[in-house]
Amino acid sequence: MKTAVPVIIAFLSGLAMILAFFLNPEKFGDIEGEMLQWATIIAGFTLLLGVVSIVRVNWRSVKRLESGWFNKAALLFALFITAIPAVIPVSWSPLFGRDNGSIYDWLFTYPNAQMQSTMFAMLAFYIASAAYRAFRARTTEATLLLLTAVIVMLWRIPMGESVFAAISPDLPDLINTYVMGGVNVAVQRGIIIGGALGAAATALRVILGIERTYMGRN
Amino acid sequence: MIRRAAAAVVPILVLILVVAVLSVDAFAQTSPDAADTGWFLTKRTNALVILLLFSAAIVYYTRRARKGDKLFVRKIAGLEAVEEAVGRATEMGRPVLFIPGIDEIDRIDTLAGLSILGRVARITARYESPLYVPVRYPMVLAAASEVVQQSYSVEGKLESHNQDMVRYVAGEQFAFTATVNGYMMRERPAANIYMGAFFAESLLLAETGNAAGSIQIAGTAQPEQLPFFIAACDYTLMGEELFAASAYLSHEPIMLGGLKGQDLIKVLIVIAIVLGAILVTSNGSAGNWISNLFEIR
Repeated sequence: MKTAVPVIIAFLSGLAMILAFFLNPEKFGDIEGEMLQWATIIAGFTLLLGVVSIVRVNWRSVKRLESGWFNKAALLFALFITAIPAVIPVSWSPLFGRDNGSIYDWLFTYPNAQMQSTMFAMLAFYIASAAYRAFRARTTEATLLLLTAVIVMLWRIPMGESVFAAISPDLPDLINTYVMGGVNVAVQRGIIIGGALGAAATALRVILGIERTYMGRN
Repeated sequence: MIRRAAAAVVPILVLILVVAVLSVDAFAQTSPDAADTGWFLTKRTNALVILLLFSAAIVYYTRRARKGDKLFVRKIAGLEAVEEAVGRATEMGRPVLFIPGIDEIDRIDTLAGLSILGRVARITARYESPLYVPVRYPMVLAAASEVVQQSYSVEGKLESHNQDMVRYVAGEQFAFTATVNGYMMRERPAANIYMGAFFAESLLLAETGNAAGSIQIAGTAQPEQLPFFIAACDYTLMGEELFAASAYLSHEPIMLGGLKGQDLIKVLIVIAIVLGAILVTSNGSAGNWISNLFEIR
């Protein structure tokens, strides 16, 4: 019973989404939109699980004064100082709610957005170190990869493009056609087709109840 | 010999049948752009035919597997390395980090990641290695917790299971990344396994794991993120390998049957692509005809 009910729900939900794709929405209504609304409502309820998980794990460390407890206390403080003013009705004060000028808005726009941007900006350094490792010309394949990468990177910058154009006016177009639009796209499409088929097969296995590991069953 | 020849001819015959059915459908529609007034969207008949064919292939091979037919599945190095990576973690007394992607549970990549988590959790339970699973969405938290607990239960190691193995970390993409990166540098997990949907954080995670000296196994169906994982990880599962992983790790014939069905459809697609390329090269309008057959409207 513990296994059968989730499998039946998965089957019916999957079937409803498939039917929604083939049935005329003018006759049957927006089944897909309706299902997605249900999913959003369920996701809203599970948000509480997330909060409980964060508080339980971090509060225990703070209480026991474990290594790094101060950072965990800062996390809990940030969690509540962001969440509590956001759920208090804006009618109490313009500082509450999530409108422009509220505490939530300030915390999101200034500290949060800046910290996220900082993390994203660090990607440039990580790309440099990963590229250094990937492009070391140790084998024939790695050398080919290095040469292709150098050509593409030069082609992508105005100076490189003008150098290529000076050698031959058709050279930038040739790189675009054969390297980016040819070899690159062919490989990407191969991966995309394989991935799409794999995704469809997995979805089918889930709907038919063959694949149950995702719900903790074998 | 005859059976082998028949097996080789079947995909071609099925392709001819599909093209014939789709062509009849195309001719039946006087105007492809005409509005559908019935209960069924006739403009999507081609998608229905392909769906039925795909389902039939999977069901057929699953039934064959159930009857006991031996199905060959090629070795996937990244998955062969999972047990070795967990064993290494046990020897070193360090944890195994598993990230089931950073997307919601309605993504099929996340479901594939959770299925693999179930298999990995069984191995960590067997070896009694600490497991850490940070997640970005509460729905994934609920599912992943259940998957891990069940795996420990199946292995009879519920006493080794800890409710905090699966943790909700942060809802924001880079806050999640910062937390996981911090964990990697502090705890230095012996093995990092990334399976699911990843985006801009893929390289941040994989490079940090590399700097922490962990064995890294990644799998994603996002073509844009694959080069990053290939550059920074020891093993990478590409596209369909991610979806095949759960079946592969299970070693269950019924699960492997689905993979064979998928392969049959892949053969048909390759034939259609080659045929389409020849037709487009030799005669443009004939190429358009085959691309219209497969266009989902």
